[in-house]
Amino acid sequence: MLAKLEPTIPAVLLRLQGVSYRAGSTLILDDVSLSLDSGPRTILMGPNGSGKTTLLKLAMGLIDPSAGSIETSPHLRAAFVFQRPVMLRRSVAENVAFVRTAARLPFDTQTVVRLLTVVGLRDLADRPARKLSGGEQQRLAIARALAREPALIFLDEPTASLDPASTKAIEDVVVSVAASGVKIVMSTHDIGQARRLASDVVFLVKGRVVEHASGPAFFAAPATDAAKRFLAGELVI
Amino acid sequence: MVRVVNVFLERVLDGTGAFDLLISGNATLFAIVRLSLIVTLAATALAGLIGLPLGAVVALTRFPGRNALVVVLNGLMGLPPVVAGLAIFLLLSRTGPLGSLGLLFTPTAMIIAQAVLITPIIAALARQVIEDLWAEYRDELTAIGVGPAQRVTTLLWDARFSLVTILLAGFGRAAAEVGAVMIVGGNIDGFTRVMTTTIALETSKGNLALAISLGLVLIAIIMAVNAFAWGVRQWAERHAG
Repeated sequence: MLAKLEPTIPAVLLRLQGVSYRAGSTLILDDVSLSLDSGPRTILMGPNGSGKTTLLKLAMGLIDPSAGSIETSPHLRAAFVFQRPVMLRRSVAENVAFVRTAARLPFDTQTVVRLLTVVGLRDLADRPARKLSGGEQQRLAIARALAREPALIFLDEPTASLDPASTKAIEDVVVSVAASGVKIVMSTHDIGQARRLASDVVFLVKGRVVEHASGPAFFAAPATDAAKRFLAGELVI
Repeated sequence: MVRVVNVFLERVLDGTGAFDLLISGNATLFAIVRLSLIVTLAATALAGLIGLPLGAVVALTRFPGRNALVVVLNGLMGLPPVVAGLAIFLLLSRTGPLGSLGLLFTPTAMIIAQAVLITPIIAALARQVIEDLWAEYRDELTAIGVGPAQRVTTLLWDARFSLVTILLAGFGRAAAEVGAVMIVGGNIDGFTRVMTTTIALETSKGNLALAISLGLVLIAIIMAVNAFAWGVRQWAERHAG
């Protein structure tokens, strides 16, 4: 369960201690310990099935760990962007307004327009959200996340299955949001994207964190054989 | 085929005077149609007010006996109207627990009977629709921080087009019902006589003109309701995604 960190270490937003997650008889995450500070962009990397999505869901509190503990800094407000976000059956603007209402935050038209402007969807405010393209839906999901005024946003492979133009649009939004002071924790198995975005990299293999280093250090000199092989384009199973 | 239709029109509609009744704006006929619509619309509204939230709550909550309740709701979708009518008759009859209300043989009793019949249909179908939608929305709404009460309203709203179709299905079932309203309404001329009970009575008396004309009106209403339901879905797919 989520607990609150003591306010003596304000730079640490999130701390996982000995976290494991088991689905039936399958161990998805195995004894993960990890601290994430308020630096800009943490990228979770690893091959498919390494436990990235599960780790993000545990950190967000969407699922409970089978063992271990997850602590967050006091009053931390987080948001989550799913790989395939669900669009509510209403307009783009109403999707954003819905989140403001759910978060009990004041909202007006200007706030909604400002958030849609950040993600480049201002002109589509009245369009049914389910009629947007995949990339536009993902940007709307980020606008909804921002509507919660979070200190931390988890993004689970937000550009998987998007075309390069849509991917660039999402990456630009991520960089812009991080520059505004919001902590980004994003999973990807796209090495190029990780290079472009990572301030620090958490590398997972088979449910274990095998490496946590700054982005430049990780890509220049990975410390583990698994990371070296992954960056070389080999299959890491 | 054309010949069959022509013969039908000539012998059944013209021959019985059903067309004349429809075209002439017969006051008795339209009073019966009016009462039928009032009773069925009120019953559908009542069943919707009970059935939709009930279906949503059952879909979104886990409690002891939930599975049994789901089975009961599904089973009651096939509740025989005469059995429902008999149960309500016993409740509302002078010696029954609600006899003091004096509702037996009134349109109100007929509304209750129809509502009892279609509430399980609306609740069971709504439960399935909302449960499916919840499976899709669960993680997203949880991440957004939507509380239990708002989950219900959000899912009811986002399932609105499917739920309208369910309500219209309930309306169609109620409009076509005869056994329960016959028992609790008494089929009193000018007071509780509705289309279905009139058709049954007039056919037995050999007065086919009124029976056929009411049958045509009933079919037209049900077809219109289904056309509306289809239109709603088409519109929803185009405009709401």
